Amino acid sequence: MSAFLALYVGQVSRARAARGPLLFVATLQSVGILLLLRGVVDEGSDTTAQQVVAGSTVLVVAFVALNLLAQRFGMLRGTGALDYYATLPVSGSLVVLATAASYATFTVPGAVLTAFVGALLYGLPLGHLWILLVVLPLAGASLAGLGACLGLLAPRPELATVAGQLGMSGILFLGIIPEHRMPAVLQVVRAAVPSTYATDAFASSFARHLDVAALLTDVGVCLVVAVLALSLASAAFRRAVRA
Amino acid sequence: MTVVAAAPVRTVAVSLEGLRRHRGDVLATDDVSLEVLAGEVFGLLGPNGAGKTTLVRLLVGVLRPEAGRVSLLGQDVTADPRAASRLLAYLAQDEPALNELPVGLAVETTGRLRGLSRRDARSQTADLLDELGLADVQERPLTKLSGGQRRLAQVAAALIADRPLLVLDEPTTGLDALARRAVWEILRRRRTEAGVTVVLVTHNVVEAEQVLDRVAVLDRGRVIACDTPGRLKALVSNDVRLDLVWRDEPPLGEPAVAALLARSEVDGRRWSARLPAADAREALGRLTAGPALAALDDFTLATPTLEDVYLSLGGRAHDLERS
Ligand SMILES: Nc1ncnc2c1ncn2[C@@H]1O[C@H](COP(=O)(O)OP(=O)(O)O)[C@@H](O)[C@H]1O
Ligand SMILES: [Mg+2]
Repeated sequence: MSAFLALYVGQVSRARAARGPLLFVATLQSVGILLLLRGVVDEGSDTTAQQVVAGSTVLVVAFVALNLLAQRFGMLRGTGALDYYATLPVSGSLVVLATAASYATFTVPGAVLTAFVGALLYGLPLGHLWILLVVLPLAGASLAGLGACLGLLAPRPELATVAGQLGMSGILFLGIIPEHRMPAVLQVVRAAVPSTYATDAFASSFARHLDVAALLTDVGVCLVVAVLALSLASAAFRRAVRA
Repeated sequence: MTVVAAAPVRTVAVSLEGLRRHRGDVLATDDVSLEVLAGEVFGLLGPNGAGKTTLVRLLVGVLRPEAGRVSLLGQDVTADPRAASRLLAYLAQDEPALNELPVGLAVETTGRLRGLSRRDARSQTADLLDELGLADVQERPLTKLSGGQRRLAQVAAALIADRPLLVLDEPTTGLDALARRAVWEILRRRRTEAGVTVVLVTHNVVEAEQVLDRVAVLDRGRVIACDTPGRLKALVSNDVRLDLVWRDEPPLGEPAVAALLARSEVDGRRWSARLPAADAREALGRLTAGPALAALDDFTLATPTLEDVYLSLGGRAHDLERS
């Protein structure tokens, strides 16, 4: 546990120094999308508004946890920096978890701000916003796990970066376009993508009547994806450090 | 009844047996077997590309050998590289992992990951930064330091938590003379006070001669010699090195000059020849007596170094550092 904390504190400290401007960009991007779409979304279409706000919020998480973390692990691997961890008595899972946790932490301010601004802009109720506190860590963990996998499994660091960016674009696209306006094929894709469940869980926090069963399902899927992605990332880490 | 006093047995700290490993198409480690005794400062000397980094990465367990075995303090770590991480500290030739962290936190975090309590990590960090002259920059991220200071900070991270075995890949490359001496001094002290074993990679012959108890000379993946620096130099003790610097075009018409050219490494106006001492004396006598003297800018005659050993053993590369 103390090793986890040491890793986490180290990661947070380096992220604070190096990633500050990027966190700002992540938030600005989502708030910008909210402002742009404000004119397009029909007044009174609550589900659409909920989805746009939830999608933008998840986008912040995707930017940091998926995109930046994929880059980070791609870089660590490409430069040989994994040797440092491999010759310390800490497990690969611990390194992956602590790094993922620190990146997930950094999504919190931007995601909360985006959700809040979105709710005000689109006149959504703020009563269930506490759901964010449950969903954020899980969405963060699942997307960070996927980001770590991309970074550790991509054959080259540049490919990890590209994959992270593409993943983020996909999440933007699938998260913000309202489901009922998508062609059937995309609806299938949407259902297969883990971020969807985070988006839907977020969306329900703006609903006037909370559908607890649906929320639990969405949260459950996030949890399962988080566990799977982080386990896979740990295995990828172990493989990458002993070439 | 005779009592036979047992000879003091020194423990073997590192044992490499028949290690082999390719990097790309190159056989970077070619059947290497070595033993390093506990408390030794042991060196790997060789030019760039000789396979030093590959060998230490096999030693610390981040590369898997294609054949052979690594044992550390009696434990076979080939099968269980985690065991190695509890015995040794490794400083990579490039160490990007800590780059964006402030110096103090980088060292302290490394200590905590090696199992120190927060308080011990703090106090050891403070001591190390003092010893290495980094106390004033401890709040600065490594990327914001000069190359030499950054290397020192990485050395500090390797030294925290008192590992019994230090494996350092070119720890002093890029350091100025003063900082280099500080590192040598720390390593010596660790060895005498705590019996620490050091495996140190270098391509600098001065470092090899000044700090190493024993040195393995590597060339193209193979160990071509392994002994104390003194005994290795004794192999070529009849030779000396004659270095010339010409001011003008050397007078190649002079027989003495032409004869010397045939036996020299030429680098622009610098000539360098390894000769038996008597030949060198004679060549120098003829050069300084004749008209060649006017074209000579400088000359030195030096006793052999480990570089000469390397060359006399068939080493081919010429980028060992001499200072
Ligand atoms: N990742 C790599 N891919 C391909 N070849 C490599 C790689 N790393 C090292 N080599 C080759 O292996 C040989 C030994 O390299 P290295 O162990 O780094 O030598 P040294 O540390 O003595 O300079 C060199 O010929 C080098 O080009
Ligand atoms: Mg090297």
